[in-house]
Amino acid sequence: MNRTISRAGLAAVVAAAVIAGAWARSGSGTVTAQAVLTGLLLGGVYALVAMGLTLIFGVLDIVNFAHGAFMTLGMYATALLASSAGLNPYLTLLVSVPLLFGVGYVVQRHMVSRTMGGSLAAQLLLTLGIAMLLENSLLLAFSGDTRTVPVSFDTPLRVLGAVADLSRVLAFVGAMSLAGAVWLLLTRTRLGTAIRAVAANPEGASLVGLDVRRLHALTFAAGTACAGAAGTLVTPLVTVEPTAGELFNIIGFVVVVLGGLGSVPGAVAGGLIIGLTEQLGGLYLPGQSPLLVVFGVFVLVLLWRPQGLFGRPA
Amino acid sequence: MTRRLIVLAVIGVALAPLPLLLPAAQEAVAVRALLFAMMAVAWNLMSGFGGLFSFGHAAYFGLGAYTTALLTIELGLSPWIGMLAGMAVAAAFGALTGYLAVRYRLKGAYFALATFAFAEMLRLAALNSELVGGAVGLTLPVTGEQGWWTLRFDVGDPAYFWVALLLMLGSVATVIVLLNSRAGLNLLAVREDETAAAAAGVAVVRHKIMAIGVSAALTAVAGGFYSVYYLFVSPDLAFGASVSIQAILPAVIGGVGTVWGPLIGAAVLAPLSDMAATLVRTPPEFLAFLQGRSGLDVIMYAVLLIVVVLAMPRGLYGRFARRPR
Repeated sequence: MNRTISRAGLAAVVAAAVIAGAWARSGSGTVTAQAVLTGLLLGGVYALVAMGLTLIFGVLDIVNFAHGAFMTLGMYATALLASSAGLNPYLTLLVSVPLLFGVGYVVQRHMVSRTMGGSLAAQLLLTLGIAMLLENSLLLAFSGDTRTVPVSFDTPLRVLGAVADLSRVLAFVGAMSLAGAVWLLLTRTRLGTAIRAVAANPEGASLVGLDVRRLHALTFAAGTACAGAAGTLVTPLVTVEPTAGELFNIIGFVVVVLGGLGSVPGAVAGGLIIGLTEQLGGLYLPGQSPLLVVFGVFVLVLLWRPQGLFGRPA
Repeated sequence: MTRRLIVLAVIGVALAPLPLLLPAAQEAVAVRALLFAMMAVAWNLMSGFGGLFSFGHAAYFGLGAYTTALLTIELGLSPWIGMLAGMAVAAAFGALTGYLAVRYRLKGAYFALATFAFAEMLRLAALNSELVGGAVGLTLPVTGEQGWWTLRFDVGDPAYFWVALLLMLGSVATVIVLLNSRAGLNLLAVREDETAAAAAGVAVVRHKIMAIGVSAALTAVAGGFYSVYYLFVSPDLAFGASVSIQAILPAVIGGVGTVWGPLIGAAVLAPLSDMAATLVRTPPEFLAFLQGRSGLDVIMYAVLLIVVVLAMPRGLYGRFARRPR
């Protein structure tokens, strides 16, 4: 625990230095504040996406390439309900979360479970196949037409000299609340304890009478529900199209590796760090894609600290 | 080895008259199949025989495509020279990034994600680099001296097929010869048990990097041919994640870690996409809603991939052709 706190402190110092550098480089406090605010708000959503990934990664040991496609499914559920039934986009959480939970449960039970204990390549390829299937089914059904879901009551808010739309703030608050809920579920409930037991030692867990197969399916479903919720929360901010979730999937991987495999606090911290990296990186390297910096950080973390900032050495 | 090379020669002789027999539209499908095969053969060397799962072969493909395109456009050099240069560039990039990944002991998923990140970084760099045309990409000249040296022929000329066939045969022959050499046997030993191989005196890191370098060079040839044949490269077409997937799919569907698997996978996959295109253009009555929609080809690939992973993990070749051991 002390190590975690000291690491968090170190991360905060590094973040402060990076922000100061960005300030000096851009020469404008407002620009920097705006980048920090936008980065943190988006980082909250990254954290929720990564939380689902890290749960699946940590408990089932699966690199889930379908996570982004599940998120896209959540976006489409929201976009369709909001445009056809005129629902408030945030209310559609009541649909997208159970829907994706069910989809995740079925996919794990009938497909992913059959590759458990198999080669890493088999699981990676299976989830890749599921992602391709989902994305292109959406493309076939709704064609490539992009949709946007405006929030009728959206309004710009002023925060410390920077401006953020209410929809962005809501996405952040929603994502952080859900992340907190997952954290409570994992640490304060019997189900959470059982899931952590399965993650720590599947064989031992099954010896003491836990239904490992069911817990695997529930974990995958919970992770997928996180993706669905994230999909709904970002729908007002993005253009909804069949490949909209891909980028979040990739960034999710970066966050998971950065935060440490299977670490929930790591996912939150990593999400915020990557959100900041993306926005501040744009200030350091104007004219380049902000993602270039994100991938640069990713490769450095992979090479020097593959267990992540908050993970234990393997 | 001799037997495999003879089989390969038979395959080459059998395929050679194909463009004379097929209608022009089908020849394009055949060329695509050969391109698929080249990429999958190369991927299979690193990931199937070398045990290093790559999710970023787009990096090597794109370097080959861009190098060939740039040398052709800017210096008017022959694509043959472009492809050789592309091989060198891709092999160097593969060896360097591979060294980093192997040196820092990236394994399994981490290795795959690292290769993916390298490919994405190249894509983003190409997207924002004026030198290589940025997001627009590069268009190769259509007109000019035709012939085998410039690899410029009329659209639909059988020569394109023969060039692709030659390159594909060369790639497979390289893999066959390499596998039969001492280095190839060492590579297999490293894949099976790294510790035991190291204990027996095999230089583990050097053999992994050799596999990555050769695989990268062979992939670059496919990229070079792509730019010569389609006369256009862009960051997404050259370095996109779908390119990496195109290198993986035929090998997995045909059979990972087998010499013939990637060829079988490519022969199955390329006609599928053509079938899907036909179905979408002129769907039968009961599928009328498909008219003009896109995505069907990838859905077919995806279903095939899922079925293969779940039901026949050794691929089509491993499932049907190889005697059980």
